[in-house]
Formats: sequence, C-alpha cells, structure tokens
Amino acid sequence: MSTAHVLLGLLAGGPLHGYELKRSHDQRLPLAKPVAFGQVYATLGRLQRDGLVTTAGQGQDGGPERTSFAITDAGRARLDGWLAEIEPPAPHVTSTLFAKVAVAVLVDGAERARDYLIAQRTAHMDRLRELTSVKTDPASTLGDVIAADFAILHLDADLRWVTNTLERVADLHREVHP
Amino acid sequence: MTILRARGVVKSYGPTPALRGVTVDVAEGEILAVTGPSGCGKSTLLHCLAGILRPDAGEVSYGEHRLDTWSERMRARLRRTEFGVLFQFGQLVAELTAAENVALPLLLAGTGRREARTAAVGWLDRLGVAELADTRPGEMSGGQQQRCAAARALVTEPRVLFADEPTGALDSRTSEQLLGELVRVVRDQRTTVLLVTHDVQVAAYADREVALRDGAVDASGLGLTAVSGKHVR
Repeated sequence: MSTAHVLLGLLAGGPLHGYELKRSHDQRLPLAKPVAFGQVYATLGRLQRDGLVTTAGQGQDGGPERTSFAITDAGRARLDGWLAEIEPPAPHVTSTLFAKVAVAVLVDGAERARDYLIAQRTAHMDRLRELTSVKTDPASTLGDVIAADFAILHLDADLRWVTNTLERVADLHREVHP
Repeated sequence: MTILRARGVVKSYGPTPALRGVTVDVAEGEILAVTGPSGCGKSTLLHCLAGILRPDAGEVSYGEHRLDTWSERMRARLRRTEFGVLFQFGQLVAELTAAENVALPLLLAGTGRREARTAAVGWLDRLGVAELADTRPGEMSGGQQQRCAAARALVTEPRVLFADEPTGALDSRTSEQLLGELVRVVRDQRTTVLLVTHDVQVAAYADREVALRDGAVDASGLGLTAVSGKHVR
C-alpha cells in the first residue's frame, strides 16, 4: 500500500504536522498496521522533494516547535490520479498462508498441511469473532465498521480456501492410506 | 451450567443416517453456532435438541428433562412455553398482519387478545419494525419478514432460541443488520441460542462453534474444527 498517497489524502483536509499525520493515519485506517513515526517523516521528505507537499509554517502551542505540511496543487493532482487508478484484481497469490500450506505439502505431505490448516482455521474463526464484535459494538465508528468489514470478508475468503484445501488434503490422505 | 445436552444422538431418515452419535453440550446463556456443509446433519441436530424430532438412539436433555423419552404431546407443550424457533423463511401466516402473527404464540398459550397485541407490538418495536404492526407479510421485504419472525420466536420470552439459517435468504447487509439486532436482544434477555449455519460470517456472531461433518462432531478427524471460542457468559 502506498503510504505516500494516504498521507496526501490526509493532508487534503488541511495542513497537519508529522505527529498529527501519524495519529490521523492510524485512526482512519484502524485495523491497518500503525505507520511508524520515522516513516511519516521520511515520506514527507520525499513528497516535499517532489513538490507534492510544502511546509505551512511552524506551530508551537505550548509544546515543542513543529512544522506543518500542506498539500500542493501537484500533490492534489497526484492524489486524484491515484484515487482514479484501478487496482489490478488480485494479480498475485502472495499470501504467507498459501505459501506455508504449499510448502508443508511439499516437505511433510498431507498430514502436516492438515494439522496446520486445522489450527489456522481456529485462529481465523477467533479473529472473525473479534471483528464481528466490532460491528455490533454501538461505540464503533463508520471507519471501524468498514475496516472490520474489509478484514472479515478477506478472512471469509481465507476460510473458504482453508476448508476446500482440508477437503482436498483429506482426499489425498484417503488415497495414500486407504 | 448446561441447559441442553445431546449424548450419542443417532437419527436416520430411512436407510440414510443423518446423525451418527453426536454429543454436544449447550451452556445456559451462550450463543452456540452449529456449522458444517450441506447435509452434515446440523438441521437434524437442531430438530432433535428442540424436541421436534425424536432420536433413534442416544439422549437429549433439557435441564433435568430427558426429551427423548417424552411423548410428542409433552414435547409440543415444552416447545410452546420454553423454546422459540426461527427458520430461513416462510414462518409467517400470509393472511395475518405482523402484530397478529407475533401475537399468535401468546394467544395459543391462553393470553388475552389485548394483552397479546400489546406484547406483540412491543416485540416488533424491539426488532425495529413497530411501524409494520398492521402490515401483512406479502407487503414486506425479506429482511422485515425475518424481523417479524424473530419477534414471534421471542414473544413468549423463551429460554432457548433455535435458529436455522435465520438469514439464509437475505443479502449480506440485511443479514448483518438482523443478526446485530438479534444478538443484542438475546443478550439482554439472556436467551440461549442454537444457531445453525453454513456461513462462517454468521457463525462469527456466536460465542462458540461446533462443526459437524457427515453426521458427527468434527473434533479432529478431518478437522473442520477444533471447538473454539471465548467469552461464554
């Protein structure tokens, strides 16, 4: 995912300083991996170099002096381009889950893959329950709910694949041990 | 505390075995999902636990009562007073309004007409469809009909709700709204729920999951589940 574009998007609402950007990122993308503070500054540096953001004065309000950043017209154009760009529909099977099962079958055969899949399914179901409780919690914001939805639907896809693979592995097992 | 218990339950339809010795405990106040692929026996298990079907072998207990030894007449009375059922669709009487449909179980139990109507409207309100009280099922959306069916299943304030694919005929947004409401209400009422579904997203509303496969609890074997879960109250 492009942190640079997400930061541009956050700045579209008005100038923010680095720490505010980090907080805003983690708040708007609640289930994503929190962005590191260092990464925010490194990204801002590159964006500034490319003329996509500019410094917008210094604020002090009681704390240490902080530089605010604002999106430029070029930055806005870049953001618009990114938002309009269609993502390639799942072009690569890059999941660690998939890689692990493929390797487990290769290394130790069906048995090993099956044990792993059973344990993985349990972990997936536990996480699915947690995310579902986010959706039913009246205190959840729209942002929380759409993030939970995204995660739930992907876990659902994983779970279907896990279930199918268990069936296939079981068939394989029956062939080997009739 | 265990409220419902199946011990080695066997049930066949003619020569076809549906359940081959299923043992399950349902704790009071929990929402238990029974999952598995089509034909795994999950609906048959629900019917046995609800006292609708009598097992060929094994025991079914509700609290201290052995339902498998009871007559149909006694089981029917228990179902009317202690249990609620919610199916996929088609439970509402087409000729009656929502309020009349929901009042029906109370009227059958001998509650007065006016009191039954008041309770029915109150339950429709809890499920978010009070404005449909005088509407007939044919004029409602699928989601609205299921909310009315849920109100009817809960109007007698049953100790156990048996729900068999309650959102099976609904789109995913409507399904999520109904499940959200239903979970909120049953938690308030401390109703025990047996939720049968093939859908992991629906099962995730439950506290715990038991998976069936080929008529047996799939604890390890082919392994579609280890029983997992948390926060059982």
